[in-house]
Amino acid sequence: MTKMVTRKHFSDTHTTNTKNKVKKTMKRQKPFQEPVDNGSVEESESAGSSFPPTFSLSTIKNKQRRHLMFMKLKQEKRKQKLELRKKRKKERDALGDKAPPKDVPKTIENQRVYDETTVDPEDEEVAFDEGTDEFSAYFNKLTNPKVLITTSDRPRGRTVRFCEQLATVIPNAHVYYRRGLALKRIIPQCVSRNFTYLMVINEDRKVPNGMVLCHLPDGPTAHFKVSSVRLRKEMKRRGKDPTEHHPEVILNNFSTRLGHSIGRMFAALFPHDPHFVGRQVATFHNQRDFIFFRFHRYIFKNEKRVGIQELGPRFTLKLRSLQKGTFDSKFGEYEWVHKRHEMDSSRRKFHL
Amino acid sequence: MAVKSQLCSVWVGSETGILKGVSLSKKQAFNFCEMSCLTRDQEVCTMAWGDPHETEVLIGCLNGRVKTFSTEKGIFTESRECGDLSQGRFTGLAVMDSSLITCVESGLLKVWNEGSSNTAEINVGTGVCRMRQNPSQRHHVATGGKENPLKLWDLQRPDKSIFTAKNVANDWLDLRVPVWVRDIAFIQDSNKIVTCTGHHQVRVYDPSSPQRRPVLETQYGEYPLTTLSLPADQASVVVGNTHGQLAILDLRKGLVRGCIKGLAGGVRGLQCHPSLPVLASCGLDRFLRVHSLKDRTLQHKVYMKSRLNCVLLSSRDLELLWLHIPQSWPAKPKLPLITKRGVCAFFGVQGLYISGSNLPVSSQSSVSCKAGTADPGGPEVTVPASAPAWKILPWLLLAVWWN
Repeated sequence: MTKMVTRKHFSDTHTTNTKNKVKKTMKRQKPFQEPVDNGSVEESESAGSSFPPTFSLSTIKNKQRRHLMFMKLKQEKRKQKLELRKKRKKERDALGDKAPPKDVPKTIENQRVYDETTVDPEDEEVAFDEGTDEFSAYFNKLTNPKVLITTSDRPRGRTVRFCEQLATVIPNAHVYYRRGLALKRIIPQCVSRNFTYLMVINEDRKVPNGMVLCHLPDGPTAHFKVSSVRLRKEMKRRGKDPTEHHPEVILNNFSTRLGHSIGRMFAALFPHDPHFVGRQVATFHNQRDFIFFRFHRYIFKNEKRVGIQELGPRFTLKLRSLQKGTFDSKFGEYEWVHKRHEMDSSRRKFHL
Repeated sequence: MAVKSQLCSVWVGSETGILKGVSLSKKQAFNFCEMSCLTRDQEVCTMAWGDPHETEVLIGCLNGRVKTFSTEKGIFTESRECGDLSQGRFTGLAVMDSSLITCVESGLLKVWNEGSSNTAEINVGTGVCRMRQNPSQRHHVATGGKENPLKLWDLQRPDKSIFTAKNVANDWLDLRVPVWVRDIAFIQDSNKIVTCTGHHQVRVYDPSSPQRRPVLETQYGEYPLTTLSLPADQASVVVGNTHGQLAILDLRKGLVRGCIKGLAGGVRGLQCHPSLPVLASCGLDRFLRVHSLKDRTLQHKVYMKSRLNCVLLSSRDLELLWLHIPQSWPAKPKLPLITKRGVCAFFGVQGLYISGSNLPVSSQSSVSCKAGTADPGGPEVTVPASAPAWKILPWLLLAVWWN
């Protein structure tokens, strides 16, 4: 052990020496290699794919050396980018008012592949289709929503609390314990008791991970993947608990025909007449096929400024399938099924 | 309207009651409907060709009306009351010697004669899902449904079915296998019948053999098979299921030859072209897709804004042959020029449109062809189909040289 200690001292200096040595050797080697490398690297950078094939980082077998070379390359690139940016800024300042407008940066939403099923607001056929579909009873104000929330069998604490909080957010919602009952048997009973929605939160490993939303008389069934569930006590700077007022509903960015169907499904969960007195709003925001649910309370401080407090649970949904008819996963007909290998091949194509 | 309907080679019926015609060459879809009086109970349940020349489309609606649409005139010419909502949806429409055969879900198969004389009625059992007519023996009709086995009926002897299929033996748990026939097709040049079931089975029956159980049985997938279609080359069948999966199955051994990708929703209508290796499919995802069966790639995809129920492919050659010929050619050819398949070439117009039809051309029949789309209302000349093929070649060669 003492040997080790002394050795340690020695090895300490030794290692530093060796490190320095390594660095020195590397530095020595680098200038040795550099003119060749830099030259060739620059050549390759300038020529693109030059012939005969020049040096490439992947041919260095030593991981440390390769890493160092890569870091150097990145630093070079960053320096060049900064120089370019400074040059452009200088030119822009020099031009002053005559400068051309700034380019819009490319984002995935900008580059989205145009979906031919995007709904045109003046389309008669789509208007007729929507006017006579399964939700027409709600949108013609003939029924009031009544939601039954339940879970998969034997739920754990987190899912139970999630369901309770959902029931406070959605007016006229009732939570029932599942008791191992079959959904196909629950549905006729719900219909006879005038429920309009059946919401089943599926749980896996003590965490909610799926949702089946079934519109009741004979309506479509949507199956979602639930992620990022934050319960009320996990939220920072939240407001007091939501009141019994009917919230307003915001549906963002549901542009395609499928998006319209899902948007209408969410809209039919809430009663028609929002109580503006309550100042509560539920938002379903669709971005890149993920639907983000948020529940806020707003207050107008003056005419231009609004303050919002987030209440209530927050979660994200991703549509897995939309089935025509009430829940029947084996024999039902699917209107849309998410097929990963066919539909997710392009990063710029979205379906909602 | 007439112009648009004459261009269409694919006809699709939707859930909103609109008949849509699609012209694949122009990549356009047209709606043929009376927009003001659209109701959901006019939903198109089945479609069939009204005549062998494919100039009339028969549409069976949910409220029990059968409408006739003329493709040449572009309007609905006739509408008859053939049942009502209480009897269920139409599950099959067919035409036999100017009388109409309809079948509804409650099992009532009726033969409506022209002039509203007595209609023959057969009760085929409840829960019928499909009724199909044998294209070669037009008085034979097959029906099948949920807990309703495949039955083959002869309309000239309507008391009893010629052939009733027997259910397969109990499965490995000794439980009765449930019956749910979803679609039926008659194999050409033989007596055999192919069915696909809601329990993802495909079965081949042979009424001429002594066994009433299926001759061949295969399974595909885990979801109910909704439709099937027989392509031009024998010994294979294309099936579609509720999940949007289309597969080509081999009927000799019962193996999967390949799957067709692209559909996102349940397949409701499927039809193969009689001669070309082309498949048209429509479904709940509101798209009409045309695939090539040889390499299983997508050829055309058209967005129709409503959910689609049935599709009809006309047997006109989908590949159009264009020959540009100047004005100075005589309007009428000196010799009758028709090949075996009924292709006839026309001269004396700016653009030429050669269309073919695979109908058996008898010596008395005539095939009409139209001048090209540059002048859609151009001269329509009918030529008797009696010329041998060798006489056309010099004319065609001349036309190509002129081009």
